[in-house]
Amino acid sequence: MTRNVIDYLNRIVNICPDKTAYSDGSVSLTFRQVYDQSRALASFLAGKGIYKKPVVIYMQKSPAEVAAFFGTVTAGDYYVPVDDTMPFEKIRMILDNVKSPLILCDEKTIGDARAQGLDKEAQVLLYSDTLDTPVDQEALSDIRGKALDTDPIYIVFTSGSTGTPKGVCACHRSVIDYLEVLTDVLKIDENTVFGSQTPLFVDACLKELYPTLMFGATTYLIPRYLFATPVPLVEYMNRYKINTVCWVVTALKMISALGALDEVRPEYLHTIAFGSEVFPLREFRKWRKACPDAEFINLYGPTEATGMTCYYRVDRDFEDGEPIPIGKPFPNREVMLFKEDMTLAGAGEEGEICIRGNALTLGYYNDPVKTREAFVQNPLNPFYPELIYKTGDIGRVNERGELVFVSRKDYQIKRNGYRIELGEVEANVEKLPEITSAVCIWDNDKNRLVLYYVGNVEERPLKKILTEKLSDYMIPNRIVRLDKIPQTPNGKIDRAGLKKLYLSKRK
Amino acid sequence: MEELLEILEDLHPEIDFETTENLITDGILDSLDIVTLVSEISENFDIAVSAKYITPANFNSAQAIYEMIETIQAEG
Repeated sequence: MTRNVIDYLNRIVNICPDKTAYSDGSVSLTFRQVYDQSRALASFLAGKGIYKKPVVIYMQKSPAEVAAFFGTVTAGDYYVPVDDTMPFEKIRMILDNVKSPLILCDEKTIGDARAQGLDKEAQVLLYSDTLDTPVDQEALSDIRGKALDTDPIYIVFTSGSTGTPKGVCACHRSVIDYLEVLTDVLKIDENTVFGSQTPLFVDACLKELYPTLMFGATTYLIPRYLFATPVPLVEYMNRYKINTVCWVVTALKMISALGALDEVRPEYLHTIAFGSEVFPLREFRKWRKACPDAEFINLYGPTEATGMTCYYRVDRDFEDGEPIPIGKPFPNREVMLFKEDMTLAGAGEEGEICIRGNALTLGYYNDPVKTREAFVQNPLNPFYPELIYKTGDIGRVNERGELVFVSRKDYQIKRNGYRIELGEVEANVEKLPEITSAVCIWDNDKNRLVLYYVGNVEERPLKKILTEKLSDYMIPNRIVRLDKIPQTPNGKIDRAGLKKLYLSKRK
Repeated sequence: MEELLEILEDLHPEIDFETTENLITDGILDSLDIVTLVSEISENFDIAVSAKYITPANFNSAQAIYEMIETIQAEG
């Protein structure tokens, strides 16, 4: 029984040491190199006495960053990935939360880290400078011997409605449980060539990084800019014979909507897993036509339940307007639909999707209050401690017995695959001295985030300020200044009224 | 060119599009920007921008985008 994710690396390095494990097309690392780098970093951390601590990895998406993750775990620590695309304010909030003793950087990020004064909060170091540390086998064996599968591996940060991101902390046991069922459904083996699309600071990247170790597969970390240019992107996939992708719907949609599949076909692709959003049927059909022999799998799951919870193998055509189901839970986790009164929804009834099982993460790091709100005692079990995670997603079971995603309970949206609390955008806008109040609405049909505000600043300068305060994916598409924010008769923000106002002006 | 700059500045007011190069390769224009940009260009210049034109070379600077628009118009 595997109890530590590093056991996958220790095993595979003896089977195919010289095979490419991770590559971005120009820089590659073999399994042997990943192993050696991670053990050097782990020995460095052990030597510094950094044990059972969060270690911030502030690097560009690269094979070296992956090795840094594994080195951190080998040292008995847990990684906290941040990214060169994050605004500094967000990085600072993350540092405040995790209080890491160390920030590992690459050549590009270390300058920013120092210029922003992050070195006052923690030691800032180049990852590459740790790699000549001699391996301390005794220390590493000792750490491995003491490790439990309930110890954390990573903390990834997700949007928080009050403006502060929440750090979801996951342990070995949940990740291993997830990897075993996921790789079974996706039929991963040593011939799998992944094309990784998601950033490494979200848990979505578990789908490629760890199965690569389990099976001796290969992962190409596709350069981000290619996702803006669909034909060169497909050409890149063909050049490296990428046959398996687990992408957010937006990325697949971009390729088909811009007409790239008429120009070039992904020749090797046989497994297309998608998730994070609803796949519009019009675009989905273009993909099926371009890759008629490929398997399409819809994935669904919140970060709080470690990766994905449900899957649906697309096995039929759909009527226009019919949603592609999210199917059924992976083995060893249960989805329960609870109505408002916390009784179970009946056949066809809607209810909040709640999850039970090993897959539940440890909760929000250093935030017991928010953890207790979302991870609660199973209301059907008064007999012993058993948590469920309340997703805030509303679902129902259709006539075929398949789970279908219906909507959100609150103001959380999905944009470009990222989870965004509208409240986080609003709170960050309202922090600006020029702003009196701010409200966001989301146009799901056109994928547009619209910000209404009252304040002493014009629209374009405000957008300029926001590019420094918010992550790219949180920047509104439209910004509209108002004299006052409309209110309902009982004094609440009239979101429905704003939405009507917006729709009346939409082209 | 004015019209194009207006569209671009609406997307990213923080960027000086008359001097900035590598809009794509430096990640300034991301996939969502490209989708918006292509639809606005198609609408405002009354052209169809087919996928084969959407390359880093054609979108790395305002000047390059403008030249691409002219090429498509000439073909039209």
